[in-house]
Amino acid sequence: MTTAVVDPSTSRAPHSDSLASRIRWAVSDTLTLAKRNLLAVTRIPEALFFSTVQPIMFVLLFRYVFGDAITTPGTDYVNYLMPGIFVQTVAFGAVSTSIGLAEDLQKGLIERFRALPMARSAVLTGRTTADLVRNVFVVIIITAVGFAVGFRPTTGVLPYVAGILLILLFAYALSWGFAVIGLSASNSETAQVMSFPLLFPLTFISSAFVPVASMPSWLRGFATYQPVSVTVTACRALMLGGPTASWVIQTLAWTIGFLIVLVPLASWRYRTRT
Amino acid sequence: MQYSIEAEGLEKTFTGKHTVRALDGVSFKVEEGTVFGLLGPNGSGKTTAVRILTTILKPDAGHARVLGHDVEKKAGLVRSLIGLAGQYAAVDENLTGRENLRMVGNLNHLDRSFIDGRAKDLLEQFDLADAGDRPLKTYSGGMRRRLDLAAALVAHPTVLFLDEPTTGLDPQSRNDLWEVIESLVGGGTTVLLTTQYLEEADRLASTLAVLDHGHVIAGGTPAELKADLGATVLEVGLATMEDAARTAPLLDTLGDHATSLNGTVVEVTVDDGPRAAMAGLRALDQQGIVPLSFTLREPSLDDVFLALTGRRAEDENEETGDPDQVRRRRARRRAATEAMPIATGELS
Repeated sequence: MTTAVVDPSTSRAPHSDSLASRIRWAVSDTLTLAKRNLLAVTRIPEALFFSTVQPIMFVLLFRYVFGDAITTPGTDYVNYLMPGIFVQTVAFGAVSTSIGLAEDLQKGLIERFRALPMARSAVLTGRTTADLVRNVFVVIIITAVGFAVGFRPTTGVLPYVAGILLILLFAYALSWGFAVIGLSASNSETAQVMSFPLLFPLTFISSAFVPVASMPSWLRGFATYQPVSVTVTACRALMLGGPTASWVIQTLAWTIGFLIVLVPLASWRYRTRT
Repeated sequence: MQYSIEAEGLEKTFTGKHTVRALDGVSFKVEEGTVFGLLGPNGSGKTTAVRILTTILKPDAGHARVLGHDVEKKAGLVRSLIGLAGQYAAVDENLTGRENLRMVGNLNHLDRSFIDGRAKDLLEQFDLADAGDRPLKTYSGGMRRRLDLAAALVAHPTVLFLDEPTTGLDPQSRNDLWEVIESLVGGGTTVLLTTQYLEEADRLASTLAVLDHGHVIAGGTPAELKADLGATVLEVGLATMEDAARTAPLLDTLGDHATSLNGTVVEVTVDDGPRAAMAGLRALDQQGIVPLSFTLREPSLDDVFLALTGRRAEDENEETGDPDQVRRRRARRRAATEAMPIATGELS
């Protein structure tokens, strides 16, 4: 049986509604839940697979199986491919946000969170922060695999890092979109089913794997200017050279636009979901 | 009198594919340091009441206070004073027991140094010390419920809400959990417990309210409720409907309570089980009726409902249930309704 423990009033931070205190606890709760979500990634074999093995398989598949059938102007296919792989992998990874949130709702964890004196926003910020951390890990793996199969960026370290940061930022915005899906689905299977019809056109009707010029003309407009393509093109320019500013600005515009729309939308879905 | 929980005229309707009036003016008060049982079948509104009291859901009308604080206006404060465990408040499958408790401690904004000690104490108290560093996936149902309860206790809540804490547990685990809850109440915590089991409410709660379709249809101490009901149920199974119809009036003379005929089964609640059983057997023997079964049992929630409402406990979720089960339930209810004319005397 338990021994006497100290008065809880001495161990709990005093209840305060001041802005500084609210921000402090929102950050603390976000980190607590981000840690929880990251621990889950390491313990669910599927999640670990999607974060590590799957991107490696895509690199090998496109590099050695499809690569020789695709002609790219002015550069080796492996150089053309890698920025696409980065963006495609982080986009696929964002599905885990929708699945994870749907699962938390389904299993009643969010019910428990709602009855705790924690920051309400932390369920979503914790989830998206965990995604961001996981993506940092994923881009490091892909960088290593890319270099191993002959990827040779030509612009130097700083532009390369800038490209990676751009991808991480874009992925963070996507996470909020998939959070909306997760909060709208009745269970985790539905969340998955709802995510892929969105994800496939965005990642494959894009310039991620093949030049848009090879597509029928009616597809080219979408394939060039949709957000995944824009991010891939900006990243390609940063890593391999070419006109950069306009693509980077377009990527930032998409990203900020997504955040402005999706963060309030996801928060509203979270508040109203009963 | 100091009340830890007060609910006044709570109303809640869920709109959607099926509009459900979950709460239709529910009021009750729970005295400090006592266990209050909210008894009712699935869909009677128990969980909705708990969700409102724990600030998860806003009522359409009515007010609720926990330790004097309005659950809507002072939601943040209320959350820091309560604990919630049960069928809908889950724990994280992918974390270990200790990690779950730590997470809840952190989200309660407790001191890190306090949390580690508290997690250790709780794991020991709930007999989970050996399993504390294993992921929950490896836990049995009973272990999970114990951890769930431990998670609700991390911050030393003054008021604890337990939503069907033992539903789905085997008898041994249920008994273990009852002992834990009893020891908590000994420590002065106020507990609101929802349950479908009269036995559970009887054992744990000092005051009860019976919920039916979002209404409180009875309240009082378990002893009062059982006094209205009779202490024991005598259940006689017959070979034919004809035999059953002949048996019902015979058993009617055994006590103050009405007999119910349910297909070929005759039931009557009696105060003194063994004496009524002997008298009943003698009466059957005299008429040359041979029963297929003859059982004395504790009254169930179904019996409470039959006594209070003249019908059996209805399961609101039945339409979504397994078709066989739904059919059986419907048949049972139809039988109960048809038996009504035979039931003599009406209970207040």
